[in-house]
Amino acid sequence: MMRHGLSRPSFLLALLAGTSLMSVGPAQAAPSVERGEYLARAADCEACHTVPGGVPFAGGRAFPVPGMGVIYAPNITPDPDHGIGKWTDDEFVRSVREGVSPGWKHLYPAMPYPAYARMSVDEVKDIRAWLATVPPSANTPSPNHLKFPFSIRAMMVGWNLLNGPASSYPDDPQKSAEWNRGRYLVEGPGHCADCHSPRTLTYGLSADRAFAGTVVNGLRAYNISPDKSSGIGGWSDEALAQYLSTGHADGHGTASADMAEVISFSLHYLTPADIHAMVVYLHDLKPQSSDDAASPPRKPAAGDDTLPQATKGARLFASTCAGCHLPDGSGRQSPFANIIGSRTLSADGGRNLVRIIMNGSTLTTASGNQIMPGFAGGNLSQRDLNDIAAFVMTHFTEATPSEDKLNAAAKGP
Amino acid sequence: MTRAEKNLHTGRRGILLGGGGLLLATLWPAASSRAATGMLVEDAPAPFAPNTYIRITPDNRITLILPNIEMGQGIYTSSVMLIAEELGVDLAQVEMEAAPPGSAEITGGSMSIMTEWMPLRQAGAAARTVLVQAAATRWGVGPESCAVGSGIITHAPSGRTLTFGDVAVDASKLPLPKEPPLKAATDYRLIGKPQHRLDSAVKVEGAAVFGIDVRVPGQKIGTVAACPVVGGTLRGLNRDAAMAVRGVVAVLVTDAKDAVCVVGEHYWAARKGLQALRVEWNVGPNGDVNTRTIYDQLHEGLKGPAIVPSPKGDAESAIAKSHASYSAIYQQPLLAHAPMEPINCTAHVRPDGCDVWTGTQVADRARDTASEITGLPKEKITLHSQYIGGGFGRRLEHEYVTQCLHFAKQVNYPLKIVWSREEDITRDRYRPAYVDEVTAGLNEKGRVTAIKHRVVGPAVVARWDPPELTKEGYDEDLSVATLVTPYSYDAYRLEFARREAPGVITAWWRGVGGTRGLFVVEGFIDELAERAGVDKVAYRRELAKANPRAVAVLDQVAKDAGWDTPVPNGRARGVALQFAFGSYMASIAEIEMPAPDTVLIHRVTAVVDCGQVVNPDQVISQIEGGLIFGFSAALYNEITLENGRVQESNFNTWRVMRMNEAPRRIDVRLMDSREDPGGIGEVGTAAAAPVLANAMAAAQGHRYRTLPLLSPRNLEKEAVR
Amino acid sequence: MQTLRVNGQTHTVDVDPDTPLLWVLRDIIGLDGTKFGCGIAQCGVCTVHLDGRPVRACALQVSQIGDGAITTIEGLDDADPIVHAVKKAWIDLDVVQCGYCQPGQVMAAVGLLKTVKNPTDDQIDSAMSGNMCRCGTYMRIRKAIHLAAGEAV
Ligand code: FES
Ligand code: FES
Repeated sequence: MMRHGLSRPSFLLALLAGTSLMSVGPAQAAPSVERGEYLARAADCEACHTVPGGVPFAGGRAFPVPGMGVIYAPNITPDPDHGIGKWTDDEFVRSVREGVSPGWKHLYPAMPYPAYARMSVDEVKDIRAWLATVPPSANTPSPNHLKFPFSIRAMMVGWNLLNGPASSYPDDPQKSAEWNRGRYLVEGPGHCADCHSPRTLTYGLSADRAFAGTVVNGLRAYNISPDKSSGIGGWSDEALAQYLSTGHADGHGTASADMAEVISFSLHYLTPADIHAMVVYLHDLKPQSSDDAASPPRKPAAGDDTLPQATKGARLFASTCAGCHLPDGSGRQSPFANIIGSRTLSADGGRNLVRIIMNGSTLTTASGNQIMPGFAGGNLSQRDLNDIAAFVMTHFTEATPSEDKLNAAAKGP
Repeated sequence: MTRAEKNLHTGRRGILLGGGGLLLATLWPAASSRAATGMLVEDAPAPFAPNTYIRITPDNRITLILPNIEMGQGIYTSSVMLIAEELGVDLAQVEMEAAPPGSAEITGGSMSIMTEWMPLRQAGAAARTVLVQAAATRWGVGPESCAVGSGIITHAPSGRTLTFGDVAVDASKLPLPKEPPLKAATDYRLIGKPQHRLDSAVKVEGAAVFGIDVRVPGQKIGTVAACPVVGGTLRGLNRDAAMAVRGVVAVLVTDAKDAVCVVGEHYWAARKGLQALRVEWNVGPNGDVNTRTIYDQLHEGLKGPAIVPSPKGDAESAIAKSHASYSAIYQQPLLAHAPMEPINCTAHVRPDGCDVWTGTQVADRARDTASEITGLPKEKITLHSQYIGGGFGRRLEHEYVTQCLHFAKQVNYPLKIVWSREEDITRDRYRPAYVDEVTAGLNEKGRVTAIKHRVVGPAVVARWDPPELTKEGYDEDLSVATLVTPYSYDAYRLEFARREAPGVITAWWRGVGGTRGLFVVEGFIDELAERAGVDKVAYRRELAKANPRAVAVLDQVAKDAGWDTPVPNGRARGVALQFAFGSYMASIAEIEMPAPDTVLIHRVTAVVDCGQVVNPDQVISQIEGGLIFGFSAALYNEITLENGRVQESNFNTWRVMRMNEAPRRIDVRLMDSREDPGGIGEVGTAAAAPVLANAMAAAQGHRYRTLPLLSPRNLEKEAVR
Repeated sequence: MQTLRVNGQTHTVDVDPDTPLLWVLRDIIGLDGTKFGCGIAQCGVCTVHLDGRPVRACALQVSQIGDGAITTIEGLDDADPIVHAVKKAWIDLDVVQCGYCQPGQVMAAVGLLKTVKNPTDDQIDSAMSGNMCRCGTYMRIRKAIHLAAGEAV
C-alpha cells in the first residue's frame, strides 16, 4: 500500500519476500546483477526505500515509531553524495547483514538486518551490484527525529546483543530441499516474521509465538501459522500460492494495505517454484492459535442484486462499495473485488476492515494496478465509515461489531 | 419509438440549406453538416446580429436557433415553446441549434426565461406576421383573413393553403413589424401546458454529443495537471518516463509554467503518462493557506469597517432602543461544482483559424479568449457549443478553454483535454466560504423591529465582471435574500466586509447569492420565531404580510404539507420562504434523525410562484433536482485546504447525495400566475439548506448554523459538547 | 493485443492490459454513449453490461474481460421488452436533465429489471444508488423503473 498517512510498520517493518535462486550456491566469481535484482525484490527493498509515488530507492519514506519518533528510509541509489555510490561492497554487506553502516552508524531495526543476515555475503553483493544500476537520485531524506534515548544509535549495540543479527545457517537435512528453500525465503530476505510475529519486551521477535500474528502500525498482520481456525491451516496449497503470487485467492479475498505492498513490490516477482517453497514451509510451521480469528462467513444470496436499505451502513455500502464488490460480495469488475471469505471482513473486530475502508489499498499485479480508493479525510465521517464496516461484518459474516473496537482501530496506533 | 419520431425529438441536426428562405433578422448561410448528433453551430459568418432565432427554408424546414445553452434545465424545450407558440408551428416540426457566440449570451443566474420571455415570442410573432403577409399577397387577400396552424397558412374563405416554406423567400423580403401582436394568454396552445423535453430521446439513447464526446479527425487526447497550489509553478518533471508510456505522444507545458498536459492516443495513455511524469511544483506564495486561516480571516471581518449598501432607516439605533436584541453567526464552506461531465475542451489551432468545441455558459468569452491566445481575429475563431453535462455555474468560468488553447497552440493536431475528476475537484473555482452575523431588534412580543446583517466574504463579481462591482465595492449578488426578501422591516442595514481568501479562486455556483443568503436569513428567522414561541409559519406570515404572493405560497405549502397536523412520531418539520431569481417559493421538509449523523428526508413539499409558467413539468423537475443538488451540499459538502492544497479529490471524498438518501417524495405545486416568468433553475437549490437545517433544528433541539450540516468536523465538535 | 466482444462485434485493440474498458470504448472503438465521471467506480456513468450484468467500465481492465460479452448503451436491443419499456418510461416521465448520467442509469435499470421483475423501492434504491445524478433526477428514475416494470410484463 503506497499512500500518504499510512506509513509502514514502525521499526518492525515489512513482511514477506523470497528469492529465485534454485539453490543458494557457493560463492561466485563476479556478482550477478540478475540474481541481485531478484533478491532485492525478494527482500522488498523498494517499498521501504521509496516515498509513495516517488523516485524508486531514493529514500525518504517515513516510519513513525510509536514512542520513539520518526525514522526516514535512506537513499540507496548509486548517487555518490546522497546515495550509497561511495560505499564499498563490504560496507554495503555490513549494513545489510549486521545493521552497521559506514561511519559506524547503527541502523535501527527498521531495517530487518537480522533476517537479511540469512542471505550470504555473495548474495548481498549481488543486490549491491543491481542497485548500482538503478538511476541515481540526489534526494536527501529528512534526518530521523528520535526522542532520547533512542536518538543514541549506540544503544543499538545493546539491542543487537539481545536480538541481534542471526546469520545464514545450514539446511536441515531432515527436510526437503523445498522446505529449506522456503525457510530461507520466509525467514531470510522475505523477513515475514518482522510483521507476522509478535515482539518481545525488547522489540525482538518472539520465537515462542512465531507467526501468530500481531498488530503493526495499527493493522493486524494476520496469524500465518497453520492453525486451522486462526491461521492458514484451512487454506489449500494452491490458494496460498495464488494469494502470495497474485494477491488474491477466491474464498480468501485480496491482499490489501501493507500486504498488498509486499505482493506488489516483492512477491509477485518470485518464481512459482519459490512461491511453492514458501507455501511448503509456512504449512509446516508450528500452529499457533490466536484470538483474532475471522468469524464464520454468512452467505448473502449469490446473484442477488439488492441489499437491505434499513441502516446507514447498508445504504452507504450500496452507494459507495457495491459498485465494485456487488451486493453479494462477489466482485463486479474483477476477481480482486471479490471479498467473499476474506479474513479482513471480520478478523480482529474489523480492525483492518475499517482501516482499509479509510485508506484504500493498491495492489500491483502482472496486468497493472488494482486500486480501492480510501474514503477517509473527506465528506464522509468516521462514523459513516465505521457504519459501513459494521454492515460488512454483519452482512457477510457472523461477527458482532463493536463500536469501540472500530473506533480504536480507526484512531490507529 | 420510431426512427422518425426519434429524429424529430432529438434536435438532431440536419443538413442545412444554403441561401434562400427566411432567416429572421439576418440571413445566415449555413455550412457543413455533421453526422453525429449534437448542438453544433458551424461557420457563423461575421455579421451576425442578435435576435436571430428562426430559419425557414423553401423545403419547409423550420430551425430555431437558441440563444441559451442546454445544461439540463430544459431551456431548449421552453425556448422552442415560446417561439413556436407565436410562430404557429408544432414542436414536432422544428429543429434546434445552439446560437454561436456573438449575441453576448450568458446562461446563468436563472435568467434565461426571464430575459427571453418577450424577445422569443416577439421573434415568433414577427416571423408569422411576414409569412402571413407573403401568403396574403400571393393570394391577393387581406392578411386578417388568413389563419396559421402547424406551419400552414390557410385562407379560410377559399380553403387555399400554403406552407411556411412556400412563402419563406417572399417573406424574407418584407420588412419586419416593429411590434408584432402577441397572443393573449388565454389563447396559448403550448405555453403553460406540459410538453415533453425535446432532448430526452437523444440523451436516453446515449447519442447526445457532450463536449467530452467530440471527435474531430486526427485529434489526440490530453489530460492535465495544474499546480495544486494557486500561484505555484513547475519545478521539474520526468519527460522521458512519460514519453516511454505506450500511446503517449507529447508532454506540453504552458508558457506560464502553471500546468502540464500529457497527450496520448487515448485518455488512458495520457493518464498513465501523467502519472509517470512525476511532476514537482514550486508551491509559491500560497503554500500555507488552510481552511482554518480562511475561516479566521472571515470571522475577523465581523469587526471593523464595512460597506453599507442602501440602508433603510437607522437599524443600529433601532436595535439599541429595542426591547431586546438577538444575534447569531452563520458559517458556510467553500464548495466545488463537480458537474457530472468532467471539464473538457477540444481545440484545433491553425495559422489561419481556430476551432473550439466545448460546453460553456459563456460562449462569447471563450471565443474572445481564443482570439487573444492565438492572435487570430475573432472571425477566425469558431466556437462549437456542445451539450453541457451539468453547469451549476462551473461553466460560467472558461479557464479550461484558456488552458486548452495554451496547449493546443503548441501542436498541429486537434487537441482534446479531459480533466480527471481529481483535477476537477482540486482545481475548481469554488463557491466562496462566508461568515454572516445577523442581529435583530425585538419588541416585547419577540417581533422584529430592525435587522442588521453583516456578510463577510469575497465579491465574486469583482473578478468575474469587474464593472459590475459598485463604486463602493459592493457585489449586488449578495442582496438576494438579504436586501431583497419577502419580508418588510422598519429598519434594515446590510453590511459587507469584503475578504478575498488568498490562494483560492472563487466563482458562481448554482443559486449564487440566493443560496448563500437564504441559509442565513431563513435560519435566523426560524430562531426568532422559536425564541418568540410563535409558530414558524405564522411568524413568517406576519413578517411577509405586505407581500401577497409570498403569503400565498406560504399558506399553500402549509396546507399541502399538513403543517397544522401532528408530526408523525419521530419526525420533525422545517419551513423556509424565499423570493429569489424573480420567483417565490415556500417549502416544508419532513425528516427523521435516528442518530445525530443520519438524516432521512421523508418528504419535501414546495409551492412555487414563478409567474407565467412556460413548461410546468420542467419547472417541477428543476425544483426536484435543485433541491437534491442543494441537499448534497447542505448535508455533506465542504472543500478544505491544507498547505494550499484542496484535500477532497474524487467522489470517494466529495460526497454526492444518492438515490437511497434522496427524499422519497417531493411534491411541487405551481401557483397559477400571469406575472412575468421568474427564474427556476436555482430556486430549489437555494431552499435546500435552510429548509433542511430548520427541520434538523426541530428534530434535535439545537440550531445548525454551520454548513455542511453533517460535516465530520462539526459532528466531532457536537460529540464533545 | 486484446480482443473484445462489444455489442456483438469483435474488436482487437492494441492497448496495455490494465487499460479500463471505458477508454477502449470511448477513445478507440468510438462508442461514447458510455460516459466518464470518476474513474474509480463511484459514480456509475460508465455502466455497461458484461454478460448481462451491469459493471463499471472505468474499473474493468480489458485483460480481465476474457470472452465476456459487453453491451453498451448503443447496443441495447430495442426489441427487448425491458429495454423498450425502460427507454419509453424515461421519455414519458421526462427523467433527463443534463442527461450525462442517463446512459449509465438506463444500463443499471435494465440490469435490475432483468434480475428483479418487479422491484420494491428498497430494491431500486439498492441497485441504483451506485449511479450518481448531479442534476438530482432520482425520484423520476425510481418512478420510471416502476413504470417500466409494469409495462415490461
Ligand atoms: S466513471 Fe466509472 S463509475 Fe464513475
Ligand atoms: S441528468 Fe445530469 S447528472 Fe443526471
